[in-house]
Amino acid sequence: MAKKKEQVEHLLIPEHVKLNEKEKKALLEKYNIEVKDLPKILSTDSAISHLDVEEKDVIKIIRKSSTAGTSTFYRGVINE
Amino acid sequence: MKLFKEFEDKLPENILEEVKANLPDKCSESRTRKILEAVYKEYKSSVADPGENVGLVGAESIGEPGTQMTLNTFHFAGVSEMNVTTGLPRLIEILDARKTIKTEITEIFLKKPYNEGKDIKEIAESLKETLFRSFLKEISINIASLQMTIELDEQKIKNAKLTPIKITKILEKSVKSFKFQLEKDKPIINVKSSSKDIALNEIYKLKESIKDIFVTGIKGIKQVLPVKRGSEFMIVTAGTNLKEILKLDFIDTCRTTSNNLYEIEKLFGIEAVRQAIMNEVMKVLDAQGIDIDMRHIMLVSDTMCMSGRLLGINRYGIVKEKPSVLARASFETPIKHIINASLRGEVDSLNSVIENVMLNQPIPVGTGLPGLVTKVK
Repeated sequence: MAKKKEQVEHLLIPEHVKLNEKEKKALLEKYNIEVKDLPKILSTDSAISHLDVEEKDVIKIIRKSSTAGTSTFYRGVINE
Repeated sequence: MKLFKEFEDKLPENILEEVKANLPDKCSESRTRKILEAVYKEYKSSVADPGENVGLVGAESIGEPGTQMTLNTFHFAGVSEMNVTTGLPRLIEILDARKTIKTEITEIFLKKPYNEGKDIKEIAESLKETLFRSFLKEISINIASLQMTIELDEQKIKNAKLTPIKITKILEKSVKSFKFQLEKDKPIINVKSSSKDIALNEIYKLKESIKDIFVTGIKGIKQVLPVKRGSEFMIVTAGTNLKEILKLDFIDTCRTTSNNLYEIEKLFGIEAVRQAIMNEVMKVLDAQGIDIDMRHIMLVSDTMCMSGRLLGINRYGIVKEKPSVLARASFETPIKHIINASLRGEVDSLNSVIENVMLNQPIPVGTGLPGLVTKVK
């Protein structure tokens, strides 16, 4: 396993959370989609470097939005 | 309150907060419920419907005020000491996701004791990329002995917190084929070739190239400007090298940003780019006094960041990612796309709008969509 990296903190970066298998299944069933249908995030993305992700994981992103307060967004992990 | 918890999934946070703040002092639970239900009904009716062509509406909403913008952006000098690309050129730059942008700017925020304005000039000056050129007083070449003497400017060296000895060492490191010798108690460096037979023009070449040797500061920072924003001092620089800047210990790494989107993508990830695009576009529009709804810009920046990489809105970016051959061909360079598609044997499943327009079929948008959802056959 690669060495665990420190989380990059910045005003521009919203909170990134990795979904566990159960949550992932529930999400995909709710929208009736597969992981490849989600918007993507590279596995090398520096905002998730501390999360230890693999291909086909789903990342939940909790954004601060100027119109809705907070909004959640999902991205599927792909390799470069 | 329990009631508000119930509506948490249904209404966005901002609206709930607003309702909470504006409730009358004495409001029974049943009345609050009625209010919330009325708000929910209103909210639902204003949400974009499935199949609504939001992209088209967004394009028109940004495009129309964009035409107003062109006229008053041609010259925009003299507002601050630094010249910044604004207006339509900057907007095109952002949306095209250009790799090299006209004016790169970094906004450096400082940590607590440093942002109070003490020594701000010195801090700013220490960031600036300084070449050997700026420490020079005179260079002379002795043709007979094939030697070069460099006279240094002592005051400038002192200001940069360096010594002639350090500079000599930097020179030795970057130029291997010459020997540098500092004269005692004098800021004069004698330069001699390490080998005996040397052409005169090589010394002349050295005389020019030595001026561009990097001495101190951060590479890429061309100009620095300390400014006061609100109650704190910060540094704005022309040219950017975020990676190096973030390594410095007196900098607030949480707020320091640049306007180069690729730099942000590399250091902070795709979600940060999405936010940065929105910020940069809004900055341009606000400066022009143009009011475009934030949601249109959100849509644009979401689209640019969909694939996990930053893509511009042009034929090398998001158009290239489209799965449909006809959609790609309809944008730019149609023959190239059609030839490549036929070579590869690509199939177009006619799922999107533009290819159906070409074939004179109903498009899957608005009222054209339900047929596709329920699979009529």
